[in-house]
Amino acid sequence: MSSTEQQGRRGFLKKAATAAAAVVAPGVVLHALPATAAPRTEAVNAKVRWGMLIDANKCADGCNDCVTACDKENGLDLVDMPEGADEAHWERQRPRWIRQVKLKDNLSGKITNLPMMCQHCEKPPCVDVCPTGASFRRADGIVMVDRHICIGCRYCMMACPYKARSFIHAEVAEKLTHTPRGKGCVESCNLCVHRLDNGGRSTACQDACKHQAIVFGDLNDPDSAVSQALKKYPSVQIRADLKLNTGVRYSNI
Amino acid sequence: MIRIRSIMLFLASAVLGLVVGPGTVLAGEAVEGTAKADKLEQCVEPTAVMRRNHFTFIKHQRDLTVRQGIRGSKHSLAGCVDCHARKDASGKAVPVDAPGQFCAGCHEYVAASLDCFSCHSAVPGEK
Amino acid sequence: MKKIHFSEWGIESPRYWGMLAVLGAIIAIAGGAVYYMEHNGHWVTGMTNQVVWGMPHVFAIFLIVAASGALNVASIGTAFGKKAYQPLGRLSALLAIALLAGGLAVLVLDLGQPGRLLVAMTHYNFKSIFAWNIYLYTGFFAIVAFYIWFMMDHRMKAWYKPVGIFAFVWRLLLTTGTGSIFGFLVARQGYDAAILAPMFVIMSFAYGLAVYLLVLMFVFKADGREIGAGLLKRLKNLLGVFVAAVLYFTLVYHLANLYGTENHAYEAFILRDGGIYTLLFWGGWVLAGCLIPLGIIYHPALGNSRSGIVAAATLVILGGFATVYVIVIGGQAFPMAMFPGKTIVASGFFDGVNGQPMLYAPSLPEILLGLGGVALVLLLTFIGIRMLRFLPTTLSDEVADPQHAKP
Repeated sequence: MSSTEQQGRRGFLKKAATAAAAVVAPGVVLHALPATAAPRTEAVNAKVRWGMLIDANKCADGCNDCVTACDKENGLDLVDMPEGADEAHWERQRPRWIRQVKLKDNLSGKITNLPMMCQHCEKPPCVDVCPTGASFRRADGIVMVDRHICIGCRYCMMACPYKARSFIHAEVAEKLTHTPRGKGCVESCNLCVHRLDNGGRSTACQDACKHQAIVFGDLNDPDSAVSQALKKYPSVQIRADLKLNTGVRYSNI
Repeated sequence: MIRIRSIMLFLASAVLGLVVGPGTVLAGEAVEGTAKADKLEQCVEPTAVMRRNHFTFIKHQRDLTVRQGIRGSKHSLAGCVDCHARKDASGKAVPVDAPGQFCAGCHEYVAASLDCFSCHSAVPGEK
Repeated sequence: MKKIHFSEWGIESPRYWGMLAVLGAIIAIAGGAVYYMEHNGHWVTGMTNQVVWGMPHVFAIFLIVAASGALNVASIGTAFGKKAYQPLGRLSALLAIALLAGGLAVLVLDLGQPGRLLVAMTHYNFKSIFAWNIYLYTGFFAIVAFYIWFMMDHRMKAWYKPVGIFAFVWRLLLTTGTGSIFGFLVARQGYDAAILAPMFVIMSFAYGLAVYLLVLMFVFKADGREIGAGLLKRLKNLLGVFVAAVLYFTLVYHLANLYGTENHAYEAFILRDGGIYTLLFWGGWVLAGCLIPLGIIYHPALGNSRSGIVAAATLVILGGFATVYVIVIGGQAFPMAMFPGKTIVASGFFDGVNGQPMLYAPSLPEILLGLGGVALVLLLTFIGIRMLRFLPTTLSDEVADPQHAKP
């Protein structure tokens, strides 16, 4: 990319950021815009790349707030256990977009907590393997499933290095308007895309995290909170060896 | 020909909030005239165009929405549901895919599968 | 070697229709299982968000792999010009088509959205090996159909060899594609290995030939046709070579994994601590699938008896199922290594807490679906040989063996 292009993009994003009246300060959480923001009328483009930085030091042991918020935001709490299902088995079949993981360092015994979800790779293996192109990466970096053409083969679930995807194992009686869901398709975290498309600038998990462990924003905007935080603190990608250039980064793992 | 005429009749009356005849209003406890559409002259396109092309519109829109994030468009399925769902006596929305309701009534009649609502919500959404 | 004549399968009608009825019933039961699974959703199966491919995939992959291998007999006759194998070609090609049809039926009927097969035919992502396989599989049907035609129709004799060679190359590509479904998966420790593609090719040689041998011996015995001892000996020796090659690839695959520390945990899981997967690896894959058949095939007495050959081929098939089970399910049961140097001590999504494997137990409907695929293979084969002239009237050595010494 040429430097003039870069300049142009920065200029645009600065204007956009001002227009959006976002709070931009390192370490400070960006909050959702008021619901008055208009729904998107133009196609998303690559000037923006959504992503987040998760600070594992801030993520508290035993806290499940982000998971609960995600379940509620995306209607996962509406997915009922089918009648006659074995509860323990169903737990392994019910969909999850975000989950709490607790790690222990094998050498030091240090405990780390962190949320895991779709890492929104720049080169997502799930997109590579999908036979129909249902698994795709949107121009603004969100990896999602076009469930209109998903045939339910689950090859993306075989391919995802983060185990981020869920297959819908049963009929879903009640679903939210902004998060359609049906038996026989695969889905995963979409960074609350309905919020972003309707002018919002935060995800449910970020809003729910009272420890402010999650900073969400535009990775392409050098002034965004997430870019500033990434610049300031050392961070890693999970399974960096695969060189997938994830949109979700972690610090203090 | 009779078939097409019946569809048109049904659709027109559904839009205008008229009772078409027995069978189409049996389902649920939907109350006639409670859909937003009942108070409007015309859908997002002329009624004749909607009858003939509504599936093309929503199919085109679905790709724009999923792939490009465009949600501020008049041809959205959520818009159909929002406007065409009737309410029951208690004011609760009746799903548009319930027997005899706006979408199902017609689709049942012409035996065209109505797949949208196996994944999409058939009642107006949270705002 | 005399001129070979072909004829339809001549078993008595009641027996033929009886077999068709039994196979049809198995397929109908499988159909019921499919309806049950599709109607309810996959929650009624043993498959979960951790083990996403289950028993249907084990059956499907075994059958698809065996399909390309079953064509080998024809290829040896055509592409490699071995005269003794040419009379065997028609059945080999028919069996290849039937096995592929059976395998694909199982695969497709397990989809979350089987009704959207048309979508899979109209939307392609050409970076996906799955998408390529759709072409490889449909192409295989077409090419082998032409191959059968040219084998049967003397007017097309000029095309027999070119199509035979083309079919052979195609089947190599097909099995490479099938092996690469796993070989290309960078995420999981058990996969992500280029050797899986050639290993699947060699597995197909063994499983396809084993299936071919059993079907050939059964249908010949059923209507009193003769198979010469010399020909059987060729086929069983060939099976021995293929099985030994499977063992060799297995050895190389695990040795390579054992060398790098990175894969030690996975190897410990498969070879030592994996419970059912360890058992199936040693008992099924290695012992039943390779060592015992090799022992039988090269045993001076057992190797020359027909029951010995039947036993060896049967064991190769059973071992083959165990092999595919270990690869498909074992590969998923082993927890993904996301945090090197750390142990997951708690997780909200079954991430292999304390290194525990993912749970999977096949459910009855899944098994019934798989068995339905097997029944479909036999049904198609039996109908084919009954309707058309696939079977040589005799394969006695004096007719079929070019090296047969006149007494």
